[in-house]
Amino acid sequence: MKKRIQHYTPVNYAKNNTLKIITFIFLVILYLPIINLIIFSFNDSKRNIVWRGFTSKYYEKLFENEMLFLAFSNSMTIAITSTIISTFLGITTAIALWKFNFYLKKYYDVALLFPIIIPEICMGISMLVFFNYINWPNFQLWPFTLSSVIIAHVSFIFPFVAIIIRARLSMLNNEILEAGQDLGASKYQVIRKIIIPFMSPALVASALLAFTLSLDDFVVTFFTSGPNSVTLPVKIYSMVRFGISPEINAISTLLILIIIICTYFAIRFLSKSNREFMK
Amino acid sequence: MTEKKTTIELKKLNKKFGDIIAVNNVSLKISENDFFTILGPSGCGKSTILRLIAGLEVQDSGAVIINNKDSSFVQANERPVNMVFQSYALFPHLSVRDNIEFGLKLKKISNTDIKIRVEEILELVKMNGYDFKLPSELSGGQRQRVALARAIVNKPKIVLLDEPLSALDANLRMEMQQELVNIQRNLKMTFMLVTHDQDEALSISSKIAIMENGKIIETNTATNMYEYPSKKFSAEFLGRINIIEGASSFIDNRILFNSDTFGKINLDRDIKLPKDGVLGIRPEKIIIETGLNKQKNRVSMNGTITNWTYYGDVSYITIELKNKSKVYINVQNIHRNSLQELNIGKKLFASFDINDLIILEK
Repeated sequence: MKKRIQHYTPVNYAKNNTLKIITFIFLVILYLPIINLIIFSFNDSKRNIVWRGFTSKYYEKLFENEMLFLAFSNSMTIAITSTIISTFLGITTAIALWKFNFYLKKYYDVALLFPIIIPEICMGISMLVFFNYINWPNFQLWPFTLSSVIIAHVSFIFPFVAIIIRARLSMLNNEILEAGQDLGASKYQVIRKIIIPFMSPALVASALLAFTLSLDDFVVTFFTSGPNSVTLPVKIYSMVRFGISPEINAISTLLILIIIICTYFAIRFLSKSNREFMK
Repeated sequence: MTEKKTTIELKKLNKKFGDIIAVNNVSLKISENDFFTILGPSGCGKSTILRLIAGLEVQDSGAVIINNKDSSFVQANERPVNMVFQSYALFPHLSVRDNIEFGLKLKKISNTDIKIRVEEILELVKMNGYDFKLPSELSGGQRQRVALARAIVNKPKIVLLDEPLSALDANLRMEMQQELVNIQRNLKMTFMLVTHDQDEALSISSKIAIMENGKIIETNTATNMYEYPSKKFSAEFLGRINIIEGASSFIDNRILFNSDTFGKINLDRDIKLPKDGVLGIRPEKIIIETGLNKQKNRVSMNGTITNWTYYGDVSYITIELKNKSKVYINVQNIHRNSLQELNIGKKLFASFDINDLIILEK
């Protein structure tokens, strides 16, 4: 019989049973509440404490609830608009930081990180103070009621986009662009046939990420939204104050579903882009 | 033999980067089907010459003539030349096939023609079956092949190779050198290579130009460059050589070279010795003798071995003569038993043929 030789790498995560158990416990603690939330969205009970049988009536109720529908459409409008704006700003920022040298570039680089590292509560309050200070008009007409929230969202989302796209662009060295030129591409064709196709996975991924960041943001939105611009997370928060109903579970489940789908595709595009990394 | 067509002509090219003169008044002619190599130490400006030909840099003065057409100010994308970059510069987001097709697609060649040509090239560089791999999934040698394929598929007037083999390990490098030569011969293309590796230059090129500090020192065929260099720098750069200093005088129309190392050498040749000229003898031209060789056309010496470096097939030895000057000798290891005779401290006789002496300008 062949003797099995065991190879020990310094830390062999796949074969360590203790690690497996710890990981399992960790995942359970992390995901159990979410699974619980999803299960109880099908609970046939108003109080939602004990399980009283399966129903999908709360999902049906969702679609009849006009307030919720309004909050949902607000959220989607804000998310789509701020995704488009922050993707555009992110691309231009990334290209500026990648290709050009300008005065105080080093500091601009760091300043770009601030919206990400500043506590969200501070970000929210500063936005609130800012809009008051400049007397941002209180719009009554629908899409404009969302303007302050969109501005706030763009300001903390576009750095994410810029950083992701920039990381991608940093793989594209000057020799690659020169090779394109050498093979017959004009300067315009180098942008169209090399730079844009090259950054597209990062572009899609960062746009999806921007969308989820905007969709699930609560803190900044809470401080910048008015009665006419309630978003889904803010609406859920106000509903929770009157007790947790299966309806909240249902709407949260839908929100989680959208976020999971977006994140899944974002990760897929990013890993495709990482696969091209030259060793 | 008829004169070969000139593919590239450089006329008094100059290029400065800030205060550094990268290319200093360089004039060159590269003929059709040549495998032309610019050999020089790193930082001598040889890569800049390639970039000037490719149009990736613009010269300060002078002209680049490609196929009898002044292309000095033609944009890089419109020049009929293609380059293989040192880092290969493959497009990381495109597959092997897409990389190779890139240039053809820009030229608006029909899809069927593109397919046929890519297929041919993949076969030629032995990369068939790798069509849909990404560059990151290839080894260094394979990337090298793709980079070469991407350049030659466009059928350029000249293929420019910027130290393309420097990142490969020794065995793979030898293999690729041979393949480069074969591909160049089969396709009857003009290749221009830049390298700092003497062996690489000698083994693959038909012509070599030696460069130092932005200047072309000397241009010659590969064998002549090694056997008959005319400048001391190029002789020394291409391999080890014993430089013999001294003064020359004429007796009966013959040159008598009074060397510091070997005394009087009667150069039985009807040539002009340049001013401040020196003589050189390659170490492998000196052979070990059993006694003092008194033949008329040989210069003899005896000395003590002071250094011995073993390379397997050859041994590099240094002997010290009575007048304290040192002479390098390469000894072929013909018999393994004879190795013992090369111990440090041993005395030996050696001699070389006067006809093997190289006359060098400083």
